[in-house]
Parts: sequence; structure tokens; C-alpha cells
Amino acid sequence: MSPLRRLLGNIGLAFALIVIVSPAVLFFIWMLSLSVKFEIDNASYPPVFIPERFNWGNYAAVLDSKRFSTYFMNSLIVTGTATAFALLVGVPAGYGLARMRAHKAAVVILIARITPGLSYLIPLFLLFQWLGLLGTLWPQIIIHLVVTVPIVIWIMIGYFETTPMELEESALIDGATSWQVFRYVALPIARPGIAVAFILAVIFSWNNFVFGIVLAGRETRTLPVAVYNMISFDQLSWGPLAAAALIVTLPVLLLTVFAQRQIVAGLTAGAVKGG
Amino acid sequence: MSTIAEPAKVTAGAKGEPQREWRPPSYWPFVAPALIVVLAVIIFPWAYTIWMSLHEWKVGSPTTFVGLANYIRLPSDARFVESVWHTLVYTALSVALPLLFGTLAAVVFHAKFPMRGFLRGLFILPMMATPVAIALVWTMMFHPQLGILNYLLSLIGLPPQLWVFHPATVIPSLVMVETWQWTPLVMLIVLGGLAAIPSEPYESALIDGATRWQTFRYISLPLIMPFLFIASMIRMIDAVKSFDIIFAITQGGPGSASETINLYLYSVAFVYYDVGYASAIVVVFFALIVALAGALLHLRQRTHWNDAGGVA
Repeated sequence: MSPLRRLLGNIGLAFALIVIVSPAVLFFIWMLSLSVKFEIDNASYPPVFIPERFNWGNYAAVLDSKRFSTYFMNSLIVTGTATAFALLVGVPAGYGLARMRAHKAAVVILIARITPGLSYLIPLFLLFQWLGLLGTLWPQIIIHLVVTVPIVIWIMIGYFETTPMELEESALIDGATSWQVFRYVALPIARPGIAVAFILAVIFSWNNFVFGIVLAGRETRTLPVAVYNMISFDQLSWGPLAAAALIVTLPVLLLTVFAQRQIVAGLTAGAVKGG
Repeated sequence: MSTIAEPAKVTAGAKGEPQREWRPPSYWPFVAPALIVVLAVIIFPWAYTIWMSLHEWKVGSPTTFVGLANYIRLPSDARFVESVWHTLVYTALSVALPLLFGTLAAVVFHAKFPMRGFLRGLFILPMMATPVAIALVWTMMFHPQLGILNYLLSLIGLPPQLWVFHPATVIPSLVMVETWQWTPLVMLIVLGGLAAIPSEPYESALIDGATRWQTFRYISLPLIMPFLFIASMIRMIDAVKSFDIIFAITQGGPGSASETINLYLYSVAFVYYDVGYASAIVVVFFALIVALAGALLHLRQRTHWNDAGGVA
């Protein structure tokens, strides 16, 4: 290929990449722009892209409010507990199902994947009401397992099916128990798979909204629900609203950029999505 | 598995020592805890939903068994029928557009270039970001007077739109958000398909002087068909269930112009607390998703898409 054609090809590729990536990038830049502007700039037409004066007070207003720390802790507790518990039961289950070659068991995971999240809410809502758990974080922790457990099992089945069996078999012949084989042979090799399962479970649990709007009370809201509730109160002040939205989703955005390799591997392996 | 079926011959011969008797261990203890969780949070809700759907069951009132009455009520419920149509239109568009754009993007991302991983990371941000947070920003962008979208339209000489604030444009506008959000997932799946194609067909096509379009049309496209199928299946399931974006931006409005089955289900269950009827909607909703998935499968067999190995 001549140098000129190669150059033209590279320019074409660069142009195509800019076209493809810009809807995502420009959106988040606009989100950032909204979040650092004074109301007068946010309400001006034509829109102001880069303001002359930055209003960091939008962030201060969100971070200083007493409730924000409560909601942040709620999100952390719900996502943390639901993910930890899912790893605790899901990693061994993925191992067991992979070794039993129980492909039929995947059907249950598939049903969980197809069922709208809202349908779990009705029976579990009644159950939590009957158990008197409403008003605590427990209902949300338990129902987030609907999101996290299938993700972890699905990814771990896929991962354990690809890890070599020879070491495990020889350890079994040498008289190791199946628990010892899992703990000392299979688990150390599976660390990258566990990382993928962990990252995806955290993201989809953190992002979940539908469970919170039904189960959360004033004190037990997670961040997505809290942000949604800001809309009705602050209809016209876009700055603090955009700042709050960015704060809620920033951990996920950072995780996506820095762990994109694991996320891509996990998503294409099982093409999972919670809720 | 033949080593397990005839252990004496193989192992004794290979190692020259007396055969120790061993059977593959039981893996049930590994699965049991997860099984209990799955029973509690997935199977139990399902069974209970079917049970509730056979009852007149409103929160706070006594329940009575009514058989299939809740199901019989559905076809004559105009609001439900309308929500089914909204769901089908929304789903058809939300499968087709991300499939088209995602495939185009995958072809571009299949090339080798610097910072590929980083750019791919940026590209998938919309689908990983918290849906409510992005819905909020889209709502601001849709604003008829102050929104950036109408400003962008004015730059290219188009009249301003009412976007999600008008019944005629609300579903296309929401589909735009859904497409923006989920094109990356289609891209990733198709990219996996492109990566799995061996290089020989391309080399011989290059020698035969095929154009780029011909190579794509007659080599790449047939080979990524199974991946396009998986992508459309996943996209269909997610689009049918779409909730966060619609709820946060329009709550089904204006009026009920963007009320899909999922949104209507929310109202019946948690605004009217008619959980018996809501349970019937859940069952029919699930049946609809399974039927759509079945239709896609049927379409796939009819067109003889060859199986070059799935992603899942």
C-alpha cells in the first residue's frame, strides 16, 4: 500500500472513531458542564458550554447536605453486602455446576435474566411486609441478590469451564477432599474470573433503581433513588441536580474506564445485565 | 470420560501401581447454598406470583380465589392493550437501531489502532453509567426552551421539537436514549464475532481483488450472523423490560403515550396495590418475552444462520 493511501486510511479511521465515540464523550462533558454552572448560565439560550465563572457550590451543596452521607452509606451497605454474599455462595456454585457439567441449571439463571425485576418486587414486598423488615436496609440487600447472584454464578461457570482439570484430578487421586481441591487448586487460578464477577455485580447493583423506589423509605434510600427524588423538589435548578447525578455515577464511570478489559470480558462471556 | 468408566486398565497400565478406587466427588455441597438463595429470591417469588394471580388480592383487604378472572380481564383492559403496543413499537426500534449502529461501530473497532482499549472504555460508558443519572441529564437536554437538543437542531436549520413532551414524539425520543445507551453492548458482541473470524478468507478475497464492501457483505456478515442473533436476542429481552429510563424521564407520559407493560405493571402493583391483577400481568408479560424469544429463534432457523460458535 502506498504511503498516501495509508495516510488517507488512517485519517478515515480517526474520523470514524471520533464520530463513534463522541455521542458518549460529549454527553458526559455536557453533564459536567451543567454541573459546574450558575443557574443563569444553565438557563441561557443559546447554551453556554464553558462558563466564565465556575460554580463549585453545586457540588458543595450536594456533598454538605446531611442526607447525602446517609444515602451514600446506604448504597455502600446494600451493594457491598449483596455483592459479598453473592461471591460467597456464587463462586462455589459456579465451580460445582461447571464440574458437574450441569448445563440445565443454567436455565434457572436464564429465567432470572429474562424476568423483569419488577415481578420479584410484588411477592418479596409482601413477604418483607409480613416479616416487618420494611424500614430497614434488609429488603434491599436481599432483593439485590436477584441481580448479583445470577451474574456471579453465570460468570464463574464460564470461567471454571475453561480452567485446566489436570491439576485438580491429580490432587483428587492423591486423596485431597473436593473442598481442599477447590480451596487450594481451583480458587487461586480463578482470581481473574472472580474480579470480573465482582466488578459487574458491584456496577449493576449500584445502578439499580427499580428495587429502591418501591422498598426504600426516607431513611433507607440508595443514591439512584435519592437523585430521582431530587427531581420533583428542584425542578428548575439544573446545576445541583447535574452535580448530584454525576456524583452518583462517577464511581461507575471511573471503574469502567480503568477496568474496561475485565468488564468487556465479562459482558461478552455471559452478556449479563441485572434487573 | 473413558478413564472413569474403565479405570483399572488405563491407570494401572499407565502408572504401574495398584489402582486406588476413586469416584468423582459430589459437588452438591458447593451448589447447595446458592440453590437456597435462588429458591428464596427467584423460585419462591415466581411460585407466589402465579398463586397471587389466581386471587382477587389488594393490599390491606381480604383475598378471594377467583380462578382465571384476572387473566380474562386483561384483553378488555384498554390501558393494558395500549401498553402492549407501546412495548412492541419501543422494542422493535430498540433492537433494530442499536444493531445497526453497533455493527458499524464494531467494524471500526475491529481495526488496530493506538489507545484502542481506552477508546473502547469511553465507548461503553453509556451502558455502564447509572441509568437514573443519565436519564436526568437527557431530561434537561430534551427541554423544549432551554435544552441543548433543540439548539443543535437550530444549528442545522431544523425546527424545534417537543421531544418527550409530545405524545407523537415521546417513544422515538426514548428510543434515542435507549439506542445511545445500548449500542455499545451490540458493538462488544459483534466485535467478539469479528475477532473469531480466521484471516484466510480475507487473504484470498484480497488476492481476488474484492472491494471492502464485498468483503464485508460476503465474508464478514455471514460469519457474524450468529453473533448478531445473540445480540438481537439480548437487546430484545432488555428493551421489553426497559424501566429506569422511561420511568425517570416520562413516567409513562404525557398522558399514557409512553406507558409500556412494565410501567403499567408498576402502577397496578404499587400505585393501586392491586397485586392479584399485577401478578397476572407479570405472567402474561413473561409469556410475551418467551414468545418473542421463540419467534427470534424460529427466524434464525428459517434463515439457516450457521452456527460458528456462540458467545455465551
